[in-house]
Amino acid sequence: MLYAVLCYDAESEVNAWSKELDAKVMADLGAVNQRYAEAGKLGPVARLMPTTAAVTVRKGATDDIIMDGPFAETKEQFLGFFVLDVETLEEAITFARELSAVNPANGTYEVRPLQYFNPGVPIT
Amino acid sequence: MTELAWIDLALTSARPQAMGALLRYFRDLDMAEEAYQEACLRALKTWPDKGPPRDPAAWLIFVGRNSGIDQVRKRARHQPLPPEEVLSDLEDTESDLADRLDGAHYRDDILRLLFVCCHKDLPATQQIALALRIVSGLSVRQIARAFLVSEAAMEQRITRAKAKVGAAGIPFETPDAVARAERLGLVAAMIYLVFNEGYSAGVPDKADTPFCAEAIRLARLLLKLFPAEPEIMGLTALLLLQHSRLAARFDKDGQIVLLEDQDRSLWDRSLIDEALVLIDKAIRHRAPGAFQIQAAIAALHARAKTAAETDWFEIDLLYQTLERLQPSPVVRLNRAVAVSKREGPEAALALIEPLADKLNGYFYFHGLRGGLLKQLGRYGEAHEAFDRAIALATSSAEAAHIRQHLDSMQRERAAAEK
Repeated sequence: MLYAVLCYDAESEVNAWSKELDAKVMADLGAVNQRYAEAGKLGPVARLMPTTAAVTVRKGATDDIIMDGPFAETKEQFLGFFVLDVETLEEAITFARELSAVNPANGTYEVRPLQYFNPGVPIT
Repeated sequence: MTELAWIDLALTSARPQAMGALLRYFRDLDMAEEAYQEACLRALKTWPDKGPPRDPAAWLIFVGRNSGIDQVRKRARHQPLPPEEVLSDLEDTESDLADRLDGAHYRDDILRLLFVCCHKDLPATQQIALALRIVSGLSVRQIARAFLVSEAAMEQRITRAKAKVGAAGIPFETPDAVARAERLGLVAAMIYLVFNEGYSAGVPDKADTPFCAEAIRLARLLLKLFPAEPEIMGLTALLLLQHSRLAARFDKDGQIVLLEDQDRSLWDRSLIDEALVLIDKAIRHRAPGAFQIQAAIAALHARAKTAAETDWFEIDLLYQTLERLQPSPVVRLNRAVAVSKREGPEAALALIEPLADKLNGYFYFHGLRGGLLKQLGRYGEAHEAFDRAIALATSSAEAAHIRQHLDSMQRERAAAEK
């Protein structure tokens, strides 16, 4: 069974960490990752940029609505994610709009750049 | 992380929100600060036992407000208590309070708190000191050290700034869209001042100058409150880009390393990436502004893998746009650097010579002028310009940098005379 483990925290506090503390936390997390990666059990790992770097694509009445900032509703739930390697934010937004166009649901796509990415080992 | 470190971090990050709300309740900076201090003391006592509250800012506001009201009551002991309906909402539970303090409320509270530091009668240094003291919560000692003045002098400076702000009257009405935009512009400029104070201090020892990191924290906070403001994206991006070069800006002896000589592998890629995204976001709004353009210029430097690959043509164009938007001799001076790379020192010199009157007291003017004259082989004039720059240098690193120029010029001259 594949599992996604999602990390939540108050970013105003995490962003206020000193560089040294941040590096230490990343190293400690990395050590845990390492053990699971060596056992062939860990896929991609990502750290997202602050929510201020996000834009959110939503279906509007006539056209998509693209808003600055993260997804902020609580009545919808986190259902899935994609990792995309493109040159510009514009391209990433286009991808999100294409997903939205073929998705009959009224969901929202938040486009958030990654700060750190490790593709991990192949898992199936 | 130790418990104390965790609490300290939570208090620091909740401070602007809590102080902003307490200022709204008490309409007085000193009272708001006292109430906040009291709430922090109680947090230090109760959080270790009871665990952290779910929303530290709401907790601090609730406790701070009650302790402040206690103080008011004690002071007004001989006066009749306020009518019951005013007091009745003191019994609100913490969760009620949290519900009422929605995002919009927080937003104007924090903006107001930042805005009172930008009072037009306050000189830049006092604006910076006040913001770092009240909004960021740096100690007077930390601020005094960065400004190279005694703690007592800084204390006095901050007290005077507070008195001026208080006398002018703090605006408590909810701002309309125009007033809000105006406040936002002034606050953005103030945050940039805070950053520049740290940046130009030129102290490679970062622990002593938390100003840059603090300015970035404030810019991010502002962007979170106003997520669709392209100029705030620009400001944040600009600060991130300038800060990304921190590790490369000084050599091991503390001497300035020029942008073109910096080891680009020392630049902080993750700050650069974040800034590039923010610029992409800002461009979507098609509402260019001074911060966005400056960020775009900084981004062109950040994108160049080597100094030789810098897109000086685009940088020159961006400076021209900036000049149209915000004509200033300093912008022209910066543009001259791009022109010197594109067209040579002669063209750049022609561009800056008319600025001599306005920028006569400006270190960078004489530094750049000296550099251009030196390139043209006009050593005598270059020497004079460098001497003038050294006299105007505001840090030893700046002066040392110009002396390096003089030394290399002497070597060039000696070689030329052989």
